[in-house]
Amino acid sequence: MSHADDHYYVPHQSHWPIVGSAGLFFLMVGVSVWLNGADSGFWVMMVGVAIVVFMLIGWFGEVIGESEGGRYNNQVDMSFRMGMFWFIFSEVMFFAAFFGALFYARNMAVPWLGGDSNNFFTNLLVWGGFENTWPTNGPGNVGGEFEKMGPFGLPLINTTILLTSSVTVSIAHHALLHGQRNLLKIMLAATFLLGFVFVFLQAEEYIEAYEHMNLKLTTGIYGSTFFMLTGFHGMHVTIGAIMLTIIWLRVMKGHFTPDRHFAFEATAWYWHFVDVVWVGLYVFVYWM
Amino acid sequence: MSTAVLDGHAADDSSEHDHGPAKGWRRWLYATNHKDIGSMYLIFSLLMFFFGGSMALVIRTELFTPGLQFIDPAFFNQMTTMHALIMVFGAVMPAFVGLANWMIPLMIGAPDMALPRMNNWSFWILPVAFTILASTLFMPGGAPASGWTMYPPLVLQTGDAFPFLIFSVHLMGISSIMGAINVIVTIINMRAPDMSLLKMPMFVWTWLITAYLLLAVMPVLAGGVTMLLTDQFFGTSFFLAAGGGDPVMFQHIFWFFGHPEVYIMILPAFGVVSEIIPTFSRKPLFGHDSMVYAASSIAFLSFIVWAHHMFTTGMPLTGQMFFMFSTLLIAVPTGVKVFNWMATMWKGSMTFETPMLFSLGFLFLFTIGGFSGLMLAIVPADIQYHDSYFVVAHFHYVLVPGSIFGLMAAVYYWIPKWTGYFYNERLGQIHFWLSTIFVNVTFFPMHFLGLAGMPRRIPDYSTQFADFNSIASIGAIGFGFSQLLFVYIVFQCVRKKGAVATQEVWDNPQGLEWTVPSPAPYHTFDTPPKVTAETAFS
Repeated sequence: MSHADDHYYVPHQSHWPIVGSAGLFFLMVGVSVWLNGADSGFWVMMVGVAIVVFMLIGWFGEVIGESEGGRYNNQVDMSFRMGMFWFIFSEVMFFAAFFGALFYARNMAVPWLGGDSNNFFTNLLVWGGFENTWPTNGPGNVGGEFEKMGPFGLPLINTTILLTSSVTVSIAHHALLHGQRNLLKIMLAATFLLGFVFVFLQAEEYIEAYEHMNLKLTTGIYGSTFFMLTGFHGMHVTIGAIMLTIIWLRVMKGHFTPDRHFAFEATAWYWHFVDVVWVGLYVFVYWM
Repeated sequence: MSTAVLDGHAADDSSEHDHGPAKGWRRWLYATNHKDIGSMYLIFSLLMFFFGGSMALVIRTELFTPGLQFIDPAFFNQMTTMHALIMVFGAVMPAFVGLANWMIPLMIGAPDMALPRMNNWSFWILPVAFTILASTLFMPGGAPASGWTMYPPLVLQTGDAFPFLIFSVHLMGISSIMGAINVIVTIINMRAPDMSLLKMPMFVWTWLITAYLLLAVMPVLAGGVTMLLTDQFFGTSFFLAAGGGDPVMFQHIFWFFGHPEVYIMILPAFGVVSEIIPTFSRKPLFGHDSMVYAASSIAFLSFIVWAHHMFTTGMPLTGQMFFMFSTLLIAVPTGVKVFNWMATMWKGSMTFETPMLFSLGFLFLFTIGGFSGLMLAIVPADIQYHDSYFVVAHFHYVLVPGSIFGLMAAVYYWIPKWTGYFYNERLGQIHFWLSTIFVNVTFFPMHFLGLAGMPRRIPDYSTQFADFNSIASIGAIGFGFSQLLFVYIVFQCVRKKGAVATQEVWDNPQGLEWTVPSPAPYHTFDTPPKVTAETAFS
């Protein structure tokens, strides 16, 4: 640590944020043009993705270099920790919007379509006696007949996998704290491998849903909430597994000490977060 | 620097603290300095203020007389939508973030924001977001015209602009979330060692609470507009009744964001006024701690009142009752704040420089907006007022002489600290009186229009509404052009024209920002300052 703790650290200027803004510009414009039906948008989007990836590698690389160079004092470490914590909180709120949509649909929208509250005549005259059930694709039978995704089979296996990976990442943390580098390497590798297996099985589940159950993103409100919730979760698992892989590579290079390993802990928090979201998903999307 | 000389990295570290700003465009594009980034936020928001303001003038020009004269109804709807989006996300919010950037480190004795590079990114996402949003004006189908609330199914009829609207909102959200994280971490982790939480200035407190609100609701908005996007392009049924969804569900999601959002836009203004009124009353703020608790209560209540925006959507009576009473409850902590400001002035030796005038204008006129809010919160009355010009009058009273006056007061109060020069007091006071008179000429008649039954968001109206509409249009044009005077006054300070400001600037004001020279040096508080009785609040 180069700085005495009574002295503030202020980082030098960086060109990465403006690179990131340029990347987001191409990404967002490209997606929009593409969605509006012009294929050129896809390539603009890919340029944006490339710039954003380049920015992420460059920016994180610079920060890792500064961190390993001992530039950061305890106060900077604490700033990073708090920043990560509140970032995860904002992610929780993002998922809350989709869980909120699920609860609203199940407890308000669908019962009202089924004639609950003061909607008897609307139900009778507009929705032809539609009954309040879950899962449903609504009175319009949007997307056609479908099967419900049950809690057993793949979802249960995936739950086991993700819960196990939360345990392995905790063991890895303890190993790091006690200087057991070999155990750390094995447990961290186990964690991200379990993560990728989870993503693979989730993809299998989607294929099963689309090909054999006629359960699609377009299957009314059930399909919408099922795929958007599990899809965003799967995206976060993928990101988390990539983060874990990078942390593992850093461990292999000898990074992190028992008392300085912010990036490891941040990634572990993130991993526990996707785990907790999954438990919520398993209970409310698959099970209940 | 002496401690840093001992190790190998001393050279680049210490140079970082000692040198001034980088040369040329790099200073701004690669900025990590909180003062530079604060200035960019403030300039950006001023540009957006005029961009959004010119749209308001298009609206008011069309409404000057009954009948359609200048623009077609579709373009009128684009103007109301874009005006709101730009003013909310482009003018008011970034302006307060700019103030936060400039003042929070100075007020808590920190060298900079806690995460300076992310701070840069928060800012530079905004020009990207608003370039994308503004470009929709030139697209087939025009700009978004659904109102800033983006209710489906209407918003799904937007032309090519639709995905651009959604993604620009996402970008604004990303920017706000990163800004909020930075504010929270700065305040919690970077305070001078003896500054306990309850010794913090009110502006810092209100921004801390605002940052938590941002963090809690911007992601929910992001989720809501994502559902709009997938409903439009990927066949989901979130807001489609035939598929088991509900268009009203979007309103719930939107206003779960939207109601805390209105406090995001006013709480920092509360903080500004809480700094200014004590200075010009020459008394400490009355009830500092109760102000903290009041602001926290307002923030908490803001999460459980959202459906008062939706009383006419057909929700169950119990829902209406709950949201009516929770909304009325907000009057209690707000009343605490208003009475504390008045008690601060009680028997103070008051003077009326421009920042104080804007603060007093805020106090009177924001309170009018608060009272009309109480009227709107009452369910049976709201069913009459809903979607009328009374609503327009209400929220413009809290936003223009509320948030905007708070911002104006803050600029006049702190600009001698930023530039080292006083603004022209005479011109400042003229700016205040012009703004105050015209803001009332513009928005007060709208109460009568609304009570008489004129709906909002229409380009044409029945002749019985003609007189008040003409008056409002004259006021709007007067208000808009008065703001050019503000630009001139600020520009003069930046050009170093005017009286030289001392370190304290005002008559013995409280707070750490007055212990550094004017203009504030490029780097302040390299080492933590001592907090004394003079600089601590409570």
